[in-house]
Amino acid sequence: MGFSAADIEALWLTLRLAAIVTLLLLMIGIPTAWWLCRTRCRWKGLIIAIIALPLVLPPTVLGFYLLLAMGPNGPVGQLTEALGIGLLPFTFGGLVFGSIIYSLPFVVQPIQNAMEAIGERPLEVAATLGANPRDTFFNVVLPLAKPGILTATILGFTHTLGEFGVVLMIGGNIPGATRVISVQIYDHVEAMDYAQAHWLAATMVLFSFVVLAILYSRKHLMIWK
Amino acid sequence: MSTLPLDARFKLSYPGFCLDVDMQLPCQGVTALFGHSGAGKTTLLRCIAGLETAATGHLRVNGQIWQDNNTFVPTHRRTLGYVFQEASLLPHLSARENLEFAIKRATQPVTEADRMDTIDLLGIAPLLDRSPGQLSGGERQRVTIARALLSKPGLLLMDEPLASIDQTHKQEILPYLENLKTTLDIPIIYVSHSAEEVARLADTLVAMENGRIVASGPLNDTLTRLDFPIKLGEEVGSVIEATVTERDPQWQLAKATFDGGDLWFRDSGYDVGCQVRVRVFARDISLSLQHHSDTSIVNSLPAVVEEISTEQHPGLALVKLRVGNTPLVARLTHRSAHHLELAPGKPIWAQIKSVAIIQ
Repeated sequence: MGFSAADIEALWLTLRLAAIVTLLLLMIGIPTAWWLCRTRCRWKGLIIAIIALPLVLPPTVLGFYLLLAMGPNGPVGQLTEALGIGLLPFTFGGLVFGSIIYSLPFVVQPIQNAMEAIGERPLEVAATLGANPRDTFFNVVLPLAKPGILTATILGFTHTLGEFGVVLMIGGNIPGATRVISVQIYDHVEAMDYAQAHWLAATMVLFSFVVLAILYSRKHLMIWK
Repeated sequence: MSTLPLDARFKLSYPGFCLDVDMQLPCQGVTALFGHSGAGKTTLLRCIAGLETAATGHLRVNGQIWQDNNTFVPTHRRTLGYVFQEASLLPHLSARENLEFAIKRATQPVTEADRMDTIDLLGIAPLLDRSPGQLSGGERQRVTIARALLSKPGLLLMDEPLASIDQTHKQEILPYLENLKTTLDIPIIYVSHSAEEVARLADTLVAMENGRIVASGPLNDTLTRLDFPIKLGEEVGSVIEATVTERDPQWQLAKATFDGGDLWFRDSGYDVGCQVRVRVFARDISLSLQHHSDTSIVNSLPAVVEEISTEQHPGLALVKLRVGNTPLVARLTHRSAHHLELAPGKPIWAQIKSVAIIQ
């Protein structure tokens, strides 16, 4: 026995999803974290709360509202239709969008903490040496926030790998498009095919364990406070 | 090099603190901002660097407006070097990379010779491949100073660069700073609350208290002002620039000549022609109407009384004297002052019991 063709397809889809989502999360998360560090905007607390919501909401609740938002009457749906992308629910694109919202706090928080830990002084030093803010961001802030960015990358990736509730609500179970590992495992269990479920589940456990073991044995760990 | 003065006016309020200064500084030599902690020295320095964006005022350096009502040149476009109080090397870069960071962004091209000279001046060649964590406090601060110099600043700001360093390492860095002073042709503004550093390094003294400037001017003129006597350390006194002109091997003494006369002091190996600073405390000067040769005091100089005022204790008087062009301050009792009939313009002999060579 081993992985079935459908298992391989689900594995591959999941890895692709996690990689794309992690990349986009970093592109969104790094500037967002820096903005949250520097801003004196009075809505800052509110924005942090909104980003953190997926940490506490049941995934089905989040998935339900994402489904509505991406639907033909939702704001996201109307936007994607106007852009000619069509509707996102039950597509790979919808999964990417949902996963970004779902995993955003796991990326923003470690990066924001790492950036806040840098303090004012290195930024002032860079300015007195003639570095403009952009130069300072790329050559002082990013290198110093590296441990936090690494943590964020790993958390964002693994969190997307294991996502189930949101996927089920907005993506359903379409082979090759939205059927990710967690859904595939669920299907195996539903069909009482425990042996097949074991293969995938054990793979997930092993993978997550290895990643976390590497992460936590690093010297400068940067998980949020 | 422009010789236009640095012109600064700043106002800045925090809860419990208010900075309100208006000063003109010569654009050369070392200006010490001197005062107790909390006097606003660092805040003023940060205003000059553009790090206090809330400060309002006016700042002109080398003829350029850095700040006024309509202008605020951001820190990275001000041609300045800043040495922070605590060692502030960028932690993700080695000592060499920290220097490179400055060189890449310097206002003018840095030649290989500049780089070598700076590294030599601060004696950091053996440290370059270390990371900041592998350097002692004094070593870090020397690299930081080198980094500031390699950015080719038109103005060097130093915020108590020795405060975070222990006494032994301070003695190790001070000579580098004295070197810097004679080698560099850019003005240095040096924040300090250390009497020793001010006496050794400063050419101009700006004394601050509660966010205001209480006295400013050339070092010795400011130190000898009787309306606002500044105690460098415990004592009122003066600091005289002099040149070693003679050494007497028989008695192990050396002679320093200044504008006003000669002072003999214990010879501790200074070369003839060497520039020294001599510190004379008010408590170490006594006055006499005649020149005495029957006394153990070596240094006796003809002086003229310029001004008399009362010390903190009502029984004590401070007397400002002029020896040649050099002002000195003597402390004596009012009874002695009365007895000697001291009055402005009266010629007198200043007997100096002890002098300290501080540089």
